[in-house]
Amino acid sequence: MSMPAIRYYQTGSFAVGNRLLDPEQRSEQASEQRSNAITCGHRACQGCGEALGARYALDAAMRATGGRLIAANATGCLEVFSTPYPESSWQLPWLHSLFGNAPAVATGIAAALRAKGREDIRVVGQGGDGGTVDIGFACLSGMFERNDDVLYICYDNEAYMNTGVQRSGATPPAARTTTTPALGPEPGNVFGQGKSAPLIAMAHEIPYVATATVAELRDLEAKVQTAMSIRGARYLHVFVPCPLGWGSASKDTIRIARLAKETGIFPVFEAHDGEVTDVSKIRRKLPVEEYLRPQGRFAHLFKPEVQRETIARIQAGANRNIRRFGLLGGEDGDDGRRGGPGRDGAPGRDGGPGRDGGIR
Amino acid sequence: MLRQLEGSRAVAEAVALCRPEVICAYPISPQTHIVEQLSGLVKSGELAPCEFVNVESEFAAMSVAIGASATGARAYTATASQGLLYMTEALYNASGLGLPIVMTLANRAIGAPINIWNDHSDSMSQRDCGWIQLYAETNQEALDLHIQAFRLAEALSTPVMVCMDGFILTHAFERVDMPTQEQVDAFLPPYAPRQALDPDEPITIGAMVGPEAFMEVKYLAHAKQMQALELIPAIAADFQDAFGRESGGLIRPYRSEDAETIVVALGSVLGTIKDTIDELREEGMRIGALGITSFRPFPLEAVRAALERAQRVVVLEKALAVGVGGIVSANVRMALAGIDLHGYTVIAGLGGRPITKASLRKLFADAAADRIEALTFLDMDWDLVGRELARMGESRTSGPHAENILRDIGPIAAGPV
Repeated sequence: MSMPAIRYYQTGSFAVGNRLLDPEQRSEQASEQRSNAITCGHRACQGCGEALGARYALDAAMRATGGRLIAANATGCLEVFSTPYPESSWQLPWLHSLFGNAPAVATGIAAALRAKGREDIRVVGQGGDGGTVDIGFACLSGMFERNDDVLYICYDNEAYMNTGVQRSGATPPAARTTTTPALGPEPGNVFGQGKSAPLIAMAHEIPYVATATVAELRDLEAKVQTAMSIRGARYLHVFVPCPLGWGSASKDTIRIARLAKETGIFPVFEAHDGEVTDVSKIRRKLPVEEYLRPQGRFAHLFKPEVQRETIARIQAGANRNIRRFGLLGGEDGDDGRRGGPGRDGAPGRDGGPGRDGGIR
Repeated sequence: MLRQLEGSRAVAEAVALCRPEVICAYPISPQTHIVEQLSGLVKSGELAPCEFVNVESEFAAMSVAIGASATGARAYTATASQGLLYMTEALYNASGLGLPIVMTLANRAIGAPINIWNDHSDSMSQRDCGWIQLYAETNQEALDLHIQAFRLAEALSTPVMVCMDGFILTHAFERVDMPTQEQVDAFLPPYAPRQALDPDEPITIGAMVGPEAFMEVKYLAHAKQMQALELIPAIAADFQDAFGRESGGLIRPYRSEDAETIVVALGSVLGTIKDTIDELREEGMRIGALGITSFRPFPLEAVRAALERAQRVVVLEKALAVGVGGIVSANVRMALAGIDLHGYTVIAGLGGRPITKASLRKLFADAAADRIEALTFLDMDWDLVGRELARMGESRTSGPHAENILRDIGPIAAGPV
């Protein structure tokens, strides 16, 4: 399916959907027919990026599958705030088993559907960064290497928020958590640790890996749609700010997610079969201070005095991302998201924008 | 049909006759031959429609089974020893969610020291995880119990673990009567799940439950096991009608009617115990045995009825509750509450140490004369233990126990024990 480029004036600044677009180009979230897969009444904090990300992603997946979808959920905020007994926010069949096994549970669901000849029903596994990159990592890697027919979505808020903001393998350097307090000569999380789950996913050469943020709704929806057009193991890593854990204002969730992308802190890209095939370009490059300042978890970098050396190290990391993924340049009017899902039946393999900007 | 088969193969073929839809497994001795056989049956298409998932750990194996079972598929896995411990968290989850998964446990010791041979440390460690535990005495019973296990599990929506002694049963070739597909189909109806993930009827499974309802939800697992106390004998009776042989049930008394001394045990060691009892009976000793097939649920009333007329009970256990002694004994004593008799716990066969007729003859004779300790370790080399305890007393840095003891006994360790 080919999709015309979306012009800037059609979406305004960053609007989720716009009447100036053709109906099929409007976001699922703007549609009255959306499934509300995770519906109102859940108990997420105000401004929760994860609730937003899950809603965008699952509604898009529901649309892509015609509502033929089952979800396996890891323990964590998303599980706790959505299913306080005896209530449930889930409008789709949903199973929570354990913290570290959501990818394997999803595999089991997919295997059962295959045995029953019900492969029209698709499977999503999901969890936070702790459940995904730490305790569930072996199960995730196993699901990847077997190429099981599962889309696994990690909602990354960069720490164990459900248990009270402890450090995870996705916590960035210098960030204050309750187990990496802002104390001592190097306050916050140490440099040189942590892992990139999307790059590790790519190393499995699974059919599809993508990153996204809750700041770019249509991009996130398009990636889910692309993912659901593919069979086999797929991984989507969504950057979801956490006002509670990050010490940011609830109203700033979208802004901070956008700043993470615009500073190069969080590269937004997609990869097919282990190769980066598209990147979301930085529209207007910003220094990392812009991203760090609104967040209490980085407050020790700015007071009592500005920690220039530490900020420079964070900037160097963002610069590395920019170089590695080619996040700058080559784009005109739009915000750099790719033209749309599944074009030419071979998503992203047509030398689209950012093709030359892959890993160097 | 009578065949000469390895225990693992017999079990694999029985599981195949039960038409599983998802099989997932991670290899661990002595479980491997079972899942190898099943993987072949799936790969060849013989078992279609069935998926075989080669997982990356036992934790994943049980998790895949959970996902499959919750989607309405008949799910099976097998493990042993460390593997069972590694899936512990998921074992509790499967029972808490009420998913009728069937699993073979090829009983094996738990390290350290690492040891691949048989005892019951693994299953005993998980006696309270909410799974029904059935213990097979022979390969025939192992085969039969699997067919019964699927029916039991699915009737109650609760998982069942069939325990068979590693190597002693799994790797032994014995004559077994393998039922036909028609027989098994007539005995075991297709799986009708109590709950299933289905887009047409979306439900939430695995919600968070707080203090207001946790006890009630948890109790249901117990209530199901209490129902199993009725259902296990009923299924065994049905099985006998359909297949013409006695297998399963709660307990299996042997020459215990008039016995002064009754030996209680689980699993394959009952064979040796019965042979020994036959010999001692010929010599005039009033001794019998009680095999416990269903350890969870524990048949308190049936055990009490079987033992209450005895003067002494010897519980022979293949596991050690470090710091107290017996595990089966504690349950047996609960069954015998208020009854005054001599009770002995005998820890035997740990890590595959052979339990010989000669040792049992002496043990039973000593027990009948009340000449054994309340907690007895069969065939323990106390000199070896004493020397290591002495080394520990002499030096703060005496080093690792296992290596010291192996050095002490020297090269004969490779020979017959």
